[in-house]
Amino acid sequence: MIETLSSLHSTFATLWVVWFFVLFTGIILYVMAPWRKRGYERAGDIPLRDELPPSRR
Amino acid sequence: MSATGYAEGLAAPATGAHSAVRVDAYVEAPIRAFAIATVFWGVVGFLVGVVIASQLAWPLLNLDLEWTTFGRLRPVHTSAVIFAFGGNALLCTSLYVVQRTCRARLFGGDAMGWFLFWGYQFVIVAAALGYVLGVTQGKEYAEPEWYVDLWLTVVWVHYLVAFGGTIIRREEPHIYVANWFYLAFIITVAMLHIGNNLALPITMGHSKSYGLASGVQDAMIQWWYGHNAVGFFLTAGFLGMMYYFIPKQAERPVYSYRLSIVHFWSLIFLYIWAGPHHLHYTALPDWAQTLGMVFSIMLWMPSWGGMINGVMTLSGAWDKLRTNPALRFSVTAVGFYGMSTFEGPVMSIKAVNALSHYTDWTIGHVHSGAMGWVGFVTFGALYWLFPRLWNKQRIYSEKLISWHFWIATLGIVLYITAMWVSGILQGLMWRAYDENGFLQYSFIETVAAMHPYYVIRVMGGLLYLTGALIMVYNLWMTVTRGESEEAVAAPAPASAVSAAAA
Repeated sequence: MIETLSSLHSTFATLWVVWFFVLFTGIILYVMAPWRKRGYERAGDIPLRDELPPSRR
Repeated sequence: MSATGYAEGLAAPATGAHSAVRVDAYVEAPIRAFAIATVFWGVVGFLVGVVIASQLAWPLLNLDLEWTTFGRLRPVHTSAVIFAFGGNALLCTSLYVVQRTCRARLFGGDAMGWFLFWGYQFVIVAAALGYVLGVTQGKEYAEPEWYVDLWLTVVWVHYLVAFGGTIIRREEPHIYVANWFYLAFIITVAMLHIGNNLALPITMGHSKSYGLASGVQDAMIQWWYGHNAVGFFLTAGFLGMMYYFIPKQAERPVYSYRLSIVHFWSLIFLYIWAGPHHLHYTALPDWAQTLGMVFSIMLWMPSWGGMINGVMTLSGAWDKLRTNPALRFSVTAVGFYGMSTFEGPVMSIKAVNALSHYTDWTIGHVHSGAMGWVGFVTFGALYWLFPRLWNKQRIYSEKLISWHFWIATLGIVLYITAMWVSGILQGLMWRAYDENGFLQYSFIETVAAMHPYYVIRVMGGLLYLTGALIMVYNLWMTVTRGESEEAVAAPAPASAVSAAAA
């Protein structure tokens, strides 16, 4: 069992790097998708609308 | 003003008798205490820094007393500025920001806030007492012994529960990016703290403990911790601060929200691997050293992405830099962030590190990040927060903020330029040899050569401390003499209104 695992170690180590690369690329593609631009712009406004409206002060 | 939380559209289903409107007040009193503690520990930390810098220039100031030697006071300085000043600033701002950007009251309420406040101050005092009395693990930035480590773990888990719980009960659908940075800081620091402090005490009644790891494994764990203390405590946490307070001060959203997300994930992916660059040319395997170097160089990209995002938030509003000195602090901080995150990767290159390691260049690098980035972004946030937390119309004196800014900037410039010259001189003297292959300088000659630069450093530190004292006066006057905002009518539950009408 241990021998099998250690023989596979270098393969898993390489796959781990590939997995991280794919995951990070996926995050970039998800974030940069043009149809998400508006939603992110609204999210950027959150700090500017966290005070109470003047009518409630 | 801002003491009242989100309360719109929360009317309970009408039952005819009365409709209850839930009005939650944000937790603020413990946050005010954290703000005061930030200022107090900042002054203490800067003062001890000036004392130990003076000890290096004039060794007589060690006073020949074991409690006041450089070796014992140095961790008092580092812990005071990083964990006491920086830690209180992070707790203060994160608890303030998470409530507002989530539109939710702090999970655990005031009791949780006060537990975090007093629990954390106890950690600071217990750690500092240990250092002065000679109780230490001897691990840089992780000096406290096992009993303080255990208590900090208890406090930190509560912090995670409070912060995470507030996010879970949020009424804003999106989790604002500042909270991502704060959460990464809280989770990673918990992991680092536990991983680096696995130790067994001699007995339960003894302060001394021995770590589970030893030798090069211990060194690697220590610098996995140490560098990520920089990466997640002093960078990720303060980036959370940047992503909230710069948009607030500039009154415009962050330049690119999408860039902020890419900044977050790339920083998180890369930072954790950079620690081995602290162990170049040691017994650490060569591949691990190269790994640390390569990841450090890659870190340059996300760091500068974040810096550009912070600075460009002022796009179209550059005039505010002229009229708002508190914003000047925050934006200059981002400039220092860019500078030190360029210098760091350069220093991690093994050929450069061969010259810079163990010299004052490293100390200068750390201080451009600590005084310029961490200190300035915190001062910017404090100048913004104090009037709001104490319900004042404005800061007492904008002019004094300007004085603080220029004096502190001059202090940093003196500090880091002195350390660049001193560090490179030191490195070159250590490696110089004559035509027969003998070292050209004895060690004590290199120490003597440092003296003028150590004196300049003391002057730089004194200026930085002076600036902080001006801030103390300004904030004190803001709280005690500042004009109050108009009193806010505390919203009453609708049930109380309907009961009165009946």
